[in-house]
Amino acid sequence: MGGMRRPIAIILPLLILIGWEVAAIVINNEFFLPKLESVITVILHPTADVFGSGSLIEHAGFSIERVVLGFIIGAVIAVPLGVGMGRSHRFEEFFDTTIQIFRPIPPIAWLPLSLAWFKIGITSILFIIFIGAFFPILLNTIDAVKGVKRTWIEVAATLGTNERQLLSKVILPGAAPTIWTGLRVGFGIAWMTVVAAEMLPGTSHGLGYMILYSYNFGQIQYIIAGMIVIGIIGIGFDFLFKEIENKRFSWRSLER
Amino acid sequence: MSDKASGGLSEQRIILEIRHLSKTFSTDTGGEVVALSDMDLTAREGEFICILGPSGCGKTTLLRIIGGLEKATSGEVQLEGQVIDGPSPYMAMIFQEYSLYPWRTVIDNVAFGLEVRGIPRNDRYRIARQYLALIGLTGFEESRTYELSGGMRQRVAVARALAIEPRVLLMDEPFGALDAQTRNRMQFELLHIWEKTRKTVIFVTHSVDEAVFLADRIVVLTRRPGRIKEIVEVSETRPRERTAQAFIAIRRHVLDLISEESTPPSKV
Ligand SMILES: Nc1ncnc2c1ncn2[C@@H]1O[C@H](COP(=O)(O)OP(=O)(O)OP(=O)(O)O)[C@@H](O)[C@H]1O
Ligand SMILES: [Mg+2]
Repeated sequence: MGGMRRPIAIILPLLILIGWEVAAIVINNEFFLPKLESVITVILHPTADVFGSGSLIEHAGFSIERVVLGFIIGAVIAVPLGVGMGRSHRFEEFFDTTIQIFRPIPPIAWLPLSLAWFKIGITSILFIIFIGAFFPILLNTIDAVKGVKRTWIEVAATLGTNERQLLSKVILPGAAPTIWTGLRVGFGIAWMTVVAAEMLPGTSHGLGYMILYSYNFGQIQYIIAGMIVIGIIGIGFDFLFKEIENKRFSWRSLER
Repeated sequence: MSDKASGGLSEQRIILEIRHLSKTFSTDTGGEVVALSDMDLTAREGEFICILGPSGCGKTTLLRIIGGLEKATSGEVQLEGQVIDGPSPYMAMIFQEYSLYPWRTVIDNVAFGLEVRGIPRNDRYRIARQYLALIGLTGFEESRTYELSGGMRQRVAVARALAIEPRVLLMDEPFGALDAQTRNRMQFELLHIWEKTRKTVIFVTHSVDEAVFLADRIVVLTRRPGRIKEIVEVSETRPRERTAQAFIAIRRHVLDLISEESTPPSKV
């Protein structure tokens, strides 16, 4: 974080911006490479309508709503399943083969099937966001639960915990930092997935849709502005996850 | 090694009884490791027993079986006549490695056993504070465990174990990772706590000096498979003077027993 403020870290971004602006002036074609200020104007007017499709902020709102919903569904299923698989060998064996088969299929590859099953609309998008978030959360949760120190569990056993208390007072808190990492990674992938999914048939809202829609109008400044907003939102959520991690799970890095 | 001090002790009732205990592990490669072989031992109420033996002879295994964390292959352990087949509320274990919960404060660590017994917050904090005072860590209630030194952490682990008021305290080389000075101080404090609470203590150690300083009886084990080689009574009054003649004599004797075990026997 602190490294961002060091002068050397901002040299390249500055050069890229300058290079962009110079190239835009030289090329002088807004349909190929818009000037920096055109893009900034779009970002500074987030409530302005984008060719009748809705405003930038509305599109962002749709995307965020979808990613949050799909992510929550993914987490609600992946975390308990991962805890079960991390705790019980039989449980893990039962699910593992299936998971290994489905895991390598990219979320976007599910879209046509999802459209066929759920038709055009929010459900089919939620389904593939769910797929995107599910696997990183699941795999991290399994690792997290398996990584809970045996001594912690045995101490609890000698102090008289029952199964439920063991789960709530030892396994979950002990696994929480790594589960949280899984949630962070899962959210990142869900975000990429939602933007990609919105570019495919079946959507009429969202940042992904907006940048593809702008392409049809040749409005490059909207495409770039949309990309920047996508990046900023992604960084923002990641930052939020990291802040919570630093506050709540600092013991993991401080423990010697 | 007179019997004057332990005379009173031998009248105490037997609390723990280990009979014909054996443990064989099967390894991943299909082999078998006999860790303990036909072990018999009894502990009396309030007794301080040290288990001493070469590395890998089965000391941890013995303690884990007593604590109900491991099943014996044959034989049994009885606590006040009840066969142990799982962790008992009357016994608490202190592990060699770092075992505190880093996501809990010191007081919530000490109160853990009370919490899972459903004791209300105020009551368990009051009890936990008493034990924090006993181990000399008053004022550290809200500290995080990673802010404590190794010695302080083991003391918190001792307080956590004591807080559930066990009859028997099982300790597996609890001071093994500490420097000599801290270790000596911890031994001193442990005796102090033991004298106050009069628990039965089974204390595993590598250190002859530690055993002679602490124990009523030192159980010297053979090399693996662990059997009892000899039980040495130590009846000197506490606190013991490490430079006293009697201390040195017992120490010499136990060292001789141990070194017999570290010279490899001729292969059969
Ligand atoms: N789960 C296990 N599976 C297989 N072998 C085991 C297992 N646990 C212990 N052993 C073996 O049993 C023997 C006794 O181990 P144990 O840990 O009880 O020794 P120890 O006396 O405590 O040694 P140390 O003084 O080094 O701590 C060792 O040879 C060890 O390799
Ligand atoms: Mg050991």
